[in-house]
Amino acid sequence: MPTPVLMPALSPTMEKGNLSKWLKKEGDSVKSGDVIAEIETDKATMEVEAIDEGTIGKILVPEGTADVAVNTPIAVILASGEDKSSIKESGNGAAPVAAAKSAEAKVSAEPKQEAAQPPKLDIAPEADVPAGTEMVTMTVREALRDAMAEEMRRDGDVFVMGEEVAEYQGAYKVTQGLLQEFGARRVVDTPITEHGFAGLGVGAALGGLKPIVEFMTFNFAMQAIDHIINSAAKTRYMSGGQIGSPIVFRGPNGAAARVGAQHSQDYTAWYSQIPGLTVVSPYSAADAKGLLKSAIRSPNPVIFLENEILYGHSFPVPKLDDYLVPIGKAKVVRPGNNVTIVSWSIGMTYALKGAEELAKKHIMAEVIDLRTIRPMDIATVIESVKKTGRLVTVEEGWPQSGVGAEIAARVSAEAFDYLDAPVTRVTGRDVPMPYAANLEKLALTSVNDVVEAAKAVCYR
Amino acid sequence: MAVAKKTQPAQGVSRASEAGAVTEFSKDQELAAYRDMLHIRRFEEKAGQMYGMGLIGGFCHLYIGQEAVVVGMQMALKKGDQVITGYRDHGHMLACGMDPKGVMAELTGRRGGYSKGKGGSMHMFSLEKNFYGGHGIVGAQVSLGTGLAFTNKYRGNDNVALTYFGDGAANQGQVYESFNMAELWKLPVIFVIENNRYAMGTSVSRSSAQTDFSKRGVSFNIPGEQVDGMDVRAVHAAAEKSVAWCREGNGPFILEMMTYRYRGHSMSDPAKYRTREEVEKVRNEHDPIEQVRNRLLQKKWASEDDLKKIDASVRSVVNEAAEFATHDPEPDPSELYTDILQ
Repeated sequence: MPTPVLMPALSPTMEKGNLSKWLKKEGDSVKSGDVIAEIETDKATMEVEAIDEGTIGKILVPEGTADVAVNTPIAVILASGEDKSSIKESGNGAAPVAAAKSAEAKVSAEPKQEAAQPPKLDIAPEADVPAGTEMVTMTVREALRDAMAEEMRRDGDVFVMGEEVAEYQGAYKVTQGLLQEFGARRVVDTPITEHGFAGLGVGAALGGLKPIVEFMTFNFAMQAIDHIINSAAKTRYMSGGQIGSPIVFRGPNGAAARVGAQHSQDYTAWYSQIPGLTVVSPYSAADAKGLLKSAIRSPNPVIFLENEILYGHSFPVPKLDDYLVPIGKAKVVRPGNNVTIVSWSIGMTYALKGAEELAKKHIMAEVIDLRTIRPMDIATVIESVKKTGRLVTVEEGWPQSGVGAEIAARVSAEAFDYLDAPVTRVTGRDVPMPYAANLEKLALTSVNDVVEAAKAVCYR
Repeated sequence: MAVAKKTQPAQGVSRASEAGAVTEFSKDQELAAYRDMLHIRRFEEKAGQMYGMGLIGGFCHLYIGQEAVVVGMQMALKKGDQVITGYRDHGHMLACGMDPKGVMAELTGRRGGYSKGKGGSMHMFSLEKNFYGGHGIVGAQVSLGTGLAFTNKYRGNDNVALTYFGDGAANQGQVYESFNMAELWKLPVIFVIENNRYAMGTSVSRSSAQTDFSKRGVSFNIPGEQVDGMDVRAVHAAAEKSVAWCREGNGPFILEMMTYRYRGHSMSDPAKYRTREEVEKVRNEHDPIEQVRNRLLQKKWASEDDLKKIDASVRSVVNEAAEFATHDPEPDPSELYTDILQ
């Protein structure tokens, strides 16, 4: 029976890829382990190996095809004795397509998938972006890379270090091209030694350099947290202002997809508690770029929390030589009068989608992207609450002592008289992240959670 | 001093022949070493006294007995070389040339202290003197010091980062993470392991599978030497050799200083884990200051009177520091919220 070759998923977050090259043509014989094609994902170019033995009966997706969904049949392999006619005769060539489509439809019905799509909202640029500035569309990943490259061109003391940042071009491709432009002296591959290289980075910062330390994910930074807090955050104070740590710790934070409890933790609240640290967590590509540039220039240690799922999302970014977004300033991303929704990073995808849903029910939500968690721009939140009288916070992290809890406490203390309903938190569930797809979905925040919370505070 | 080029990997651990090397000091060197070590000892004795009077709070770890280590090492340094250590740091600061008034005022938590009274005994710094702390987390200074060495290499200068830690810290994991990166990237860092035989109350033999700390770099191909840390001339010889090794771009070097602390781990340690006889034996037979004193007298480079004059002058500097640290005001309450961010 002809065997379909399906578009493979090559990473936990991959949904589609480009079929960049066929290395076998129709009629070629293949055996298990032969490389038959090259697939380009947003992170890397990967080889596809044949699993079955036989002859390439038909190539269903020509090379050069972009955005081929995972599980789409891309070729058919014929077993010995079969010929091309058996593809049509048996109908097996077509069957998987239908199966894949139904699978796709099932997947996209899940809120998790909704969250993974960037909302079609036109986000206003920073107020100080000159009118008429050209906007270019780029991914968060590219924006982060450009920010580092620009700052490294500007200041010879800036360097980047971490696991796989140089020759591998970044585990998530964020540092792509930096080694080629700046060389191995300034783009430093480290051994897998988080505690050690975090401390080494802080030492270099104490010595006067401006390191960007990439953690492959912030989950691994728990091994390094002593240096982040005890060495980086406290030294300025402990030295009576003599010595600071101008260092940026950056990398993906929070849940990716289906990587289980140890790889899916949101550390925003952890770091936000520490005096001496600045904690930034952008959502859009423009903010990612402008805030990372500001973070690199900061004389203080900055925790820069990215999100793996957002890396591939595209946003308009002002085409300016030196685009900086100020640290410590929230942004009203969508105006509204009925309820204030505050979030940041990936939480914004739920918040914005939720606001769209609420608008259909005639609840106009004002959505604020906090962007910087510490120092927190609570004034912008309070200004909005004074108008709406209602507040919902949205985060993927755990509820107890979370960032939402902090916002709720401060708004209750400073704007109590303006509140028409209790501040409500939408958070990840109070459990370690499960692996099973259905349980993971239940553990994460959802658009529906946001909608229901907003309706509740509006007594609707 | 000639430096042997490393020819064989993992062969770098020098044994008795090399480890016994001492620098023949000139009269000026002996006198300087005497004065500097005495300065640390008198300062620490005074700090202990002031702690007892309640003028110094918290933890206070005295360096008495180990003076030859920092004084001998410092003699091999040049401008721009950095020093970093753990919490037993008063001796290192004085050896770096920091003002005893500023150090003592920090111990008493006064505004004239090096950290304006916000750091305390374990957390002091001086950019001017290239002293990078003063770190309270055991072993943290090892990765930080390796980072200072990274800075030197990045900048392309030939400065060396002296990274001190104890036999206790030598069992921390990040020490070996740092060893690996230091050798991998040939960073100019000297890991000075001050083996004073006790990690707080736990003796080396009760805490360490490999008690020869000079061998702790073998699996990273880092050369190491055991040094008589009670003889300032032996420390100086090892310092010259390892500093030259680093300046020439050969990467890190490990020095295990065999030393001893006379006092408890901190002021609140009754030191019941060792006998009084053990302490007395080291004091009587190996005291670093007595050794120099005896040589000065024997060679007639100084008379009893000359040495008494040095002692008096050191005491007066220390008393002045104590006086300052006692009467300097506490930090202004407004300092609570300063120096957190720039």
